[in-house]
Amino acid sequence: MLRIAVTICAVLTCQIAHAEVNIQKITSLGGIDAWVVEEPSIPFIALEIRMRGGTGLDAPGKRGAVNLMTALIEEGSGDMDAQTFQRRLDALAASFSFRAFDDTMSISARYLTENQDEVLALLKQALTEPRFDQSAINRVRGQVLSGIAADQKNPNRIASAYFDAAAFGDHPYGTSADGTVDSVNALTQADMFAAHRNTLTRDEIYVSAVGDITAEEIGPLLDTLLGDLPDDGPAPAGNVSFGLGGGTTVIPFDTPQSVALFGHSGMKRDDDDFFAAFILNAILGGAGFESRLMDEVREKRGLTYGIRSYLVPKFHAEMWIGQVASSNDTIAEAIAVTRDVWADLATNGITAEELAVTKTFLTGEYPLRFDGNAEIAGIMVGMQMIGLSPDYVVNRNDFMNAVTLADVNRVAAEYLRPDDLHFVVVGQPVGLESTN
Amino acid sequence: MRRLLALALIAFATPTLAEEVTTYSLDNGMDVVVIEDHRAPVVVHMVWYMVGSADEPVGASGVAHFLEHLLFKATDVLESGEFSATVAANGGSDNAFTSYDYTAYFQRIAADRLELMMQMESNRMNNLRITEDDIETERNVVLEERNQRTESSAGALASEQFRAAQYQNHRYGVPIIGWKHEMEQLSLQDALDFYGLYYSPNNAILVVAGDVEPEEVKALAEQYYGVIPVEENLPERIRPEEPPQRAERRITFVDPRVSQPYLSRSYIAPERDSGAQKEAAALVYLADLLGGSPFTSALGQALQFETQTAVYTNAGYGGGSLDDTTFGLTVAPSEGVTLSEAEAAMDAAIAEFLANPIDPELMDSLRTQLRASQIYAKDNVQGLARRYGRALTQGLTVQDVQDWPQILQGVTEAEIKAVAAKILNRDQAVTGWVVATQEEAR
Repeated sequence: MLRIAVTICAVLTCQIAHAEVNIQKITSLGGIDAWVVEEPSIPFIALEIRMRGGTGLDAPGKRGAVNLMTALIEEGSGDMDAQTFQRRLDALAASFSFRAFDDTMSISARYLTENQDEVLALLKQALTEPRFDQSAINRVRGQVLSGIAADQKNPNRIASAYFDAAAFGDHPYGTSADGTVDSVNALTQADMFAAHRNTLTRDEIYVSAVGDITAEEIGPLLDTLLGDLPDDGPAPAGNVSFGLGGGTTVIPFDTPQSVALFGHSGMKRDDDDFFAAFILNAILGGAGFESRLMDEVREKRGLTYGIRSYLVPKFHAEMWIGQVASSNDTIAEAIAVTRDVWADLATNGITAEELAVTKTFLTGEYPLRFDGNAEIAGIMVGMQMIGLSPDYVVNRNDFMNAVTLADVNRVAAEYLRPDDLHFVVVGQPVGLESTN
Repeated sequence: MRRLLALALIAFATPTLAEEVTTYSLDNGMDVVVIEDHRAPVVVHMVWYMVGSADEPVGASGVAHFLEHLLFKATDVLESGEFSATVAANGGSDNAFTSYDYTAYFQRIAADRLELMMQMESNRMNNLRITEDDIETERNVVLEERNQRTESSAGALASEQFRAAQYQNHRYGVPIIGWKHEMEQLSLQDALDFYGLYYSPNNAILVVAGDVEPEEVKALAEQYYGVIPVEENLPERIRPEEPPQRAERRITFVDPRVSQPYLSRSYIAPERDSGAQKEAAALVYLADLLGGSPFTSALGQALQFETQTAVYTNAGYGGGSLDDTTFGLTVAPSEGVTLSEAEAAMDAAIAEFLANPIDPELMDSLRTQLRASQIYAKDNVQGLARRYGRALTQGLTVQDVQDWPQILQGVTEAEIKAVAAKILNRDQAVTGWVVATQEEAR
């Protein structure tokens, strides 16, 4: 029995607005780091776990294996088949979520304080003793194949499939993590065990917990929960550069409204200019109604219900993309206006007033994110994954406020390149043709 | 809804931990609900109008939602777009949404900006200054919204057809966003008529949730909303009722964009009524028992585990509704299984459920989950605010909302069986098949 279960490495009191989010950073005796916020006012806990790797760890020829394996974690483990496992989980009124992303395995749990021991034992069983029963594989495979078929008739999915393939080629980012009909049909039980062994590992693991739990309690719980996982797994795929040049690709699809996915390369999350780019993107198309794209394409011209742009710094590539949908006979105009907005920002930059208003919005909005246990747990595990420290919560708005007009306009001139934008359009657009 | 936002369905409350709720009415009839949550310095400010698409005049479908968009245009003191820009400049976010029974506007912002929100929201209750230009541009926006949500989705188009067949007399059969041909004709006058009649304090409910004190909210509400005059001509909320439904309706919806054929069955069903929520509570259990978790529900077990008939099964019931609602089932057959076979299997599973006792262990589990959902719901004050806003615009009272968890806990197996026997009547149901080609409809 462990008497001193936890080493408190650092305790930071982070003041955001008037609220206190006391992030405690602990390392368990077994060496697992976790961030904890004690919030005893509601008797439940939100636990978030991330492991680097995700669907990027699919073995050659096994595309879709990690995705299928992840969906099977809740389909039976230890001495329980799928139904027995779910009945037990339901009786405890807890919920688990297992999801595989391009670079990450995500595990979320929500449970009542009074059921903590039983729920975590059940979670450990799911993570460490999956059964991958053939009947469960067959059943879930059918669901995955149904989803793949649906993607082939979904304009947004058709657009992103083309865009990703053209931008990233053979890198895992270039293909759907669900796999293809052929690759999914070929997956075996052995493939499931291999994918499990390779992706649920402790080498790059991140943990946060928020709610009715103390920092002292969490260490031994994590050692029990995660201690039996393998120490390491295979290295993920390396970096890849954005390989899609400027132009337009039209993919004919019989639907009244065309969708366009567009973009070019972007900026790394750890770039010194990232805050400037973040502000610029808010003004371009990130800040909803207050963005220039929304104003020009929707508010002034009524060409769309919504248009947004996104900075996407992935672990191994970065892009600056956007999305819009407009009727087949107006999509060409929506695209032309989008290009103009992009070009105007690159050439003329933003105004001092836009910068001031956007800073107020972004710094004011930030503390509002910390308004629930589940939200705070999600933010904290995300911060850990990109290498931020707990005091980022305190300093983030200062970083934002330190950005100057010259910074934003320098980034605009360098990073917004209207001629490099590639528009992938799915629909029956009038007056648009593919470029070569 | 004005922005691209997915609305999560919020689980209903149970009695273990009642949230701190204070209610009062202003002299002009506007009801106020304050929900305290002092964990973060945030407030959600919502105004709910007791008018939705089901209250629209004949021929002007979509006007409730169209007007919702137009409320972000100019007023006597705000320029077009200034409302949202001001919220953003204060670090907040705002939006609005329209349903059959209500139209609601909300902002989420630092708690110390509540007064500014009330100032602006109360201003646009009576002082909108929309122009013909606004109408033309914004009508294109809502038409693009309909394109995006409905015309681009075979499933959404199918649901629209099924719902139109379900309701033979009630306006719930008309889509919230409107029929396209009527949306195209919506005029400035349509919008102003609707606005003039229904946007008034005696037809509105204020919900303020978060880091606020009820007394402070009351003082502000009196200052900003309390001074708005009563609308004397507000009509009583009476809608055409459904006649007895006497014949099964069956629809095959064909659209080449369908990748996975499926069938849906919806039965007309009672909603939660003030002071009479027992049948609705029993229907919540019936939905869970028939098609809640695929692992434990009757349809899931029979069609996904004991046989490989379906890749997806579900049962759903939304008890929150001013008038008669629906109880729905959905089954997506596995590869190689026809829709006839899937429907026969579904009906067999329902018959078996009705013929056999309900597993007491499953009942205990459902009761526990409903109790726990009360605790989890407290983590989301915006969800709580929506729960009260919806209820109060759908004919329920604060007392009904607070009684609901206890009523859910008291539901018996016999009550579930009784309500199932009553509502699972195919003469009152629409069965729809959704397929890519006529050949698949077999």
